[in-house]
Amino acid sequence: MPVAPLGTTPGLRRRLRRQALGFALLTGAAGAVALPGIRLLGEVLRRGWPVLGPEFLLAPPRDFLRAGGIGPAVLGTLLLLLGALGVALPLGVGAALYLAHYARPGPVTAGIRVAVGGLAAVPPIVYGLFGFSLFSVAMGLGRTAAAGALTLGILVLPTVITAAEEALAGVPREYREAALALGASRWQAARRVLLPLALPGIRSGVALALARAAGEAAPILFMAALFRAGPGGGLGDRPLALAYHLYAAATQVPGLPPERLYGAALVLLALVMGLMALALGGGGGGWPERRP
Amino acid sequence: MSENKFEVKDLHLYYGSFHALKGITMAIPARRVVAFIGPSGCGKSTFLRTLNRMNDLIPGVRVQGQVLLDGRDIYAPDVDVVALRQRVGMVFQRPNPFPMSIFDNVAYGPRLLGVRDRNALRRIVGECLEAVGLWDEVRSRLDASALGLSGGQQQRLCIARCLAVEPEVILMDEPTSALDPVATAKIEDLILRLKERYTIVIVTHSMQQAARISDYTGFFLNGELVEFGPTGTLFTNPRDQRTEDYITGRFG
Ligand SMILES: Nc1ncnc2c1ncn2[C@@H]1O[C@H](COP(=O)(O)OP(=O)(O)O)[C@@H](O)[C@H]1O
Ligand SMILES: [Mg+2]
Repeated sequence: MPVAPLGTTPGLRRRLRRQALGFALLTGAAGAVALPGIRLLGEVLRRGWPVLGPEFLLAPPRDFLRAGGIGPAVLGTLLLLLGALGVALPLGVGAALYLAHYARPGPVTAGIRVAVGGLAAVPPIVYGLFGFSLFSVAMGLGRTAAAGALTLGILVLPTVITAAEEALAGVPREYREAALALGASRWQAARRVLLPLALPGIRSGVALALARAAGEAAPILFMAALFRAGPGGGLGDRPLALAYHLYAAATQVPGLPPERLYGAALVLLALVMGLMALALGGGGGGWPERRP
Repeated sequence: MSENKFEVKDLHLYYGSFHALKGITMAIPARRVVAFIGPSGCGKSTFLRTLNRMNDLIPGVRVQGQVLLDGRDIYAPDVDVVALRQRVGMVFQRPNPFPMSIFDNVAYGPRLLGVRDRNALRRIVGECLEAVGLWDEVRSRLDASALGLSGGQQQRLCIARCLAVEPEVILMDEPTSALDPVATAKIEDLILRLKERYTIVIVTHSMQQAARISDYTGFFLNGELVEFGPTGTLFTNPRDQRTEDYITGRFG
């Protein structure tokens, strides 16, 4: 191939000008996409920040949410998320292990994959109805944090399965083979070798899924309390939850100072973004870098 | 003296409809180093993996023919694959230490075999690390993660991990192709020492390596074993024109 002499080639300046124009357009487009997000964050921060304080964060609400704090809603959200984690982690990782390392390819496995994909597309309110009729009514758990956690756990299950299966599939196959070559059973190889190697990927997926669950009001519409949590604040009680609290306070309480809504929204955002950071910080690669 | 560890008789392997091994017949003598060479994609790894039934894990694989280990067919229905794999260990192309400590890597196999006693494990780990020449380098940090070792150290650790279950045969699939020349030389020395006790079957990307370390060499081409014999004869006086073309660099 002939090499152009150093210096300018014909049309170089024109191409550079057009390139600069192109980059400017792209930067503008990216900025336009980011702008609403930045506006939203700024607004929530500006209006919510002033009401934050120990009382707001820790105390129970008074006067139908018009005064007091959101302490029980914060605790309720954490309880629901922990419960959902307890449901989705073992089920999701188990299912992912099955799909990645036990299932033989075929119609059954393909069917399971389609079902998992389909579940991810079901609207959250449908999970709410399903969870209520199954856990609250049929299983007799009633309107409790336990029923809510189970519902959220099922809601995030497809995300967890997909992320965990991808993480497991990303572990080079020689790791599994090395364990089996030493006489490990498939389960032993999975537990001590594959799962630790896939852990960073699984952790990201789970954190992302929980971040989503934290912001959903619809799935727990029928289980969460509006104004006051059940007396014990445990799994057997009716929980307050930030997302549902926001929805309820905005629609059911006339004369509520909007700053209190922004304050609660800010706390919810912080929680969700914290989980996101955990997901992204968890590292992309499923296994450590090899050194030369 | 000329006791055979493996006898392979008319072995065919199919990946689905792809005929990857076409009638391999050979005998692998005990306590020798046997090397396989050939262009990439000709079935060397596939054949190596038939010797400990590692291909069983791949969906759609079909095997015909016989592989006898000490006279017994390892593809017979009553064979315990886990026990087979403990007799026939394997070292892979890229070092693949487990995400655990150096100690736990070597102790992994013995623990699977039910060794629980801390002192017994310590003795096994010490002996195996000694055998691969790693003991002096890692004795002070047995509890550190194996992932912090250099590539060459990791590969020797993987060999130690394999020795810890006291195999009779060690299969190695291009064990030095990811290593620098110094680390490669250490592994080659190690292989020469190990053949006093173990039968070693090695796939190598380098004819020089085969010439340096092996007693017998097999040349694979398109799923066939073209020629198999004493390394010296194969390299200086090949019987088959294709072998000659390959070792003189005329293709591949
Ligand atoms: N899991 C597999 N599924 C289908 N074909 C495979 C698989 N593994 C290897 N092959 C094919 O079998 C042939 C031999 O592969 P391999 O044994 O890896 O060759 P080599 O180790 O000599 O480079 C190649 O054509 C390869 O594409
Ligand atoms: Mg290969």
